[in-house]
Amino acid sequence: MTAAATRSQAEQRKQRKRFWKAMAFCSPWLIGFLCFGVIPIIASFYFSFTTYSVLQPPRWIGLDNYISMLTSDRLFWLALGNTLYYTVLSNLIGIVLALSLAMLLNMNVHGMTVYRTIYYIPVIIPIVASSIVWLWLFNPQYGVLNLLVRNLGIAPIPWLTDPGWSKPSLVLMSLWSVGNAVVIFLAGLQDVPKELLEAAELDGANEFQRIRSVMIPIITPVILFNLVIGLIGGFQVFSQAYIMTNGGPADSTLFYSLYLYQNAFRFFKMGYAAGMAWVLFLIILVATLLVFRSSSRWVHYSGE
Amino acid sequence: MTNSRNKPLSASTVAQPALGTSPKPRTRSNQVAARRLITSLLKHGALIFFGLFFIFPLIWMLSTALKTDRQVLSYPPSWVPSPVMWSNFIDAFFFVPFGTYLINTLIVTLLSVIGVVVSSVLPAYAFARMEWPGREWVFVLVISTIMLPFQVTMIPLYVIFSRIGWTNTLLPLIVPHFFGNAFFIFLFRQFFRGIPNELSDAALIDGAGELRILTSIILPLSKPAIMVVALFQFLNSWNDFLTPLIYLNDTRWFTISLGLAQMQSSYGLSRFSLIMAATSLFTVPVIILFFFAQRSFIQGITFTGMKG
Repeated sequence: MTAAATRSQAEQRKQRKRFWKAMAFCSPWLIGFLCFGVIPIIASFYFSFTTYSVLQPPRWIGLDNYISMLTSDRLFWLALGNTLYYTVLSNLIGIVLALSLAMLLNMNVHGMTVYRTIYYIPVIIPIVASSIVWLWLFNPQYGVLNLLVRNLGIAPIPWLTDPGWSKPSLVLMSLWSVGNAVVIFLAGLQDVPKELLEAAELDGANEFQRIRSVMIPIITPVILFNLVIGLIGGFQVFSQAYIMTNGGPADSTLFYSLYLYQNAFRFFKMGYAAGMAWVLFLIILVATLLVFRSSSRWVHYSGE
Repeated sequence: MTNSRNKPLSASTVAQPALGTSPKPRTRSNQVAARRLITSLLKHGALIFFGLFFIFPLIWMLSTALKTDRQVLSYPPSWVPSPVMWSNFIDAFFFVPFGTYLINTLIVTLLSVIGVVVSSVLPAYAFARMEWPGREWVFVLVISTIMLPFQVTMIPLYVIFSRIGWTNTLLPLIVPHFFGNAFFIFLFRQFFRGIPNELSDAALIDGAGELRILTSIILPLSKPAIMVVALFQFLNSWNDFLTPLIYLNDTRWFTISLGLAQMQSSYGLSRFSLIMAATSLFTVPVIILFFFAQRSFIQGITFTGMKG
């Protein structure tokens, strides 16, 4: 009896020792999580119920920030709409384009790695650099895009100066860095078992049928991954709009994160901005959950 | 009723004419070759078209960087710079305090890379190769922080850092990276788990401590993973715009991102060749790095993509 007790006691002591040793290894992350995670999260939640300009201490106003956001702030809804427009369009077109390019690259083409490299380069270009370069490409008078357009005999396009064109232009720019998704899709496609494709060919399936009924189902998990990553990124789009259009013209590129930034650091409505951040978190969470929820219908997992 | 009988029937009638009109063998092989050539041309045509889409803006950037300001604003735009203004690169360097921006960016980038590798490797080791109660639970906590958008903590962090007098210093851009990064912890953990246990068991029997095993056995075998994390963090810090924008408003502490954005907003088209030259100076090191470390990049992206 006593022997068993001491043994279990010894076991417990050993467990405890292991736990604290592991905690020591985790301590960098734990301390960071506390200082840059837990505390700011609690503070941000608190700020969202206050009016706070940094200069004066926060003053409790209950749900007022959320209420005015949802009921009386026209720009909030405009920014939300702009962001949804951008996120949905850039992701839909981006995924179709990335998947098509990956399939082309997967067809045993000579120089595949060269193409892959070229497609990937825009992804690593700093966002400030690509914003300035695209601003220049979009320039209505001296920009190269309008030179091409004129050569095609079309009237010059007011890429960033017309509220109807500004969002599509930024979507076009977003396609420039589609290479990340291409590389991930390509890796997924290369994992598609050759036997399956050959079996389909023997059954008389043509190229299109093989793509539709064999390849796409197998890489649906990769589509899901790219979609989730793209959604989260899309909802947080900021720098392009800040540098290229500053939200204009006529607030047509006032995206959610830009408006949040303006509230916090231009109007010093920190409480309001904190509230917006929580709403953003909620939107991203719901969107991600919806995508995952829908995934049981269209994502195909091959048995392990 | 008739439907179920119709289906196989119609399928066979479709197959019939294809069999009946089979062409002579020689013309058929010619046809096949011709078809292969056409599809190959189409494939490469499409690939080159998109290749141009991806590469052209960068060529245009370099071409503009080498023009005179007058040629930049001539209509119609010309493709080739003449005269070729190599001096633009030097002028851009001194037109704004580019050297200062560069040094600031290098300090931030290098320290962040070192910090994030050291502080992510340790927790990853505990999750991958140590047995302890609550391990899975804490790991889920780590992973769940990846979901949290930056905007949620942005405002309190700004308040904290400004309270302790860190605005207009490089510290807010560096220090947080010394406390682990959930995504990189995940990446290291996956990698460490792939290293055979026998290697570390032998050392354990010899009486080596966990830290010893990490530094002398696991890390030397993890160079590819370290490379990937270092590259990703390099790009994060080098390219970051929002964090410097929030904390820095004294040009003495500007990073290149911030300096370029300011240059663009204050000079715009009037000194555009210089802006493009500065943008090139900012971009080209990243591209060169990419060419040297391409394999690590592709591995890292597909690795994280596949496990996701």
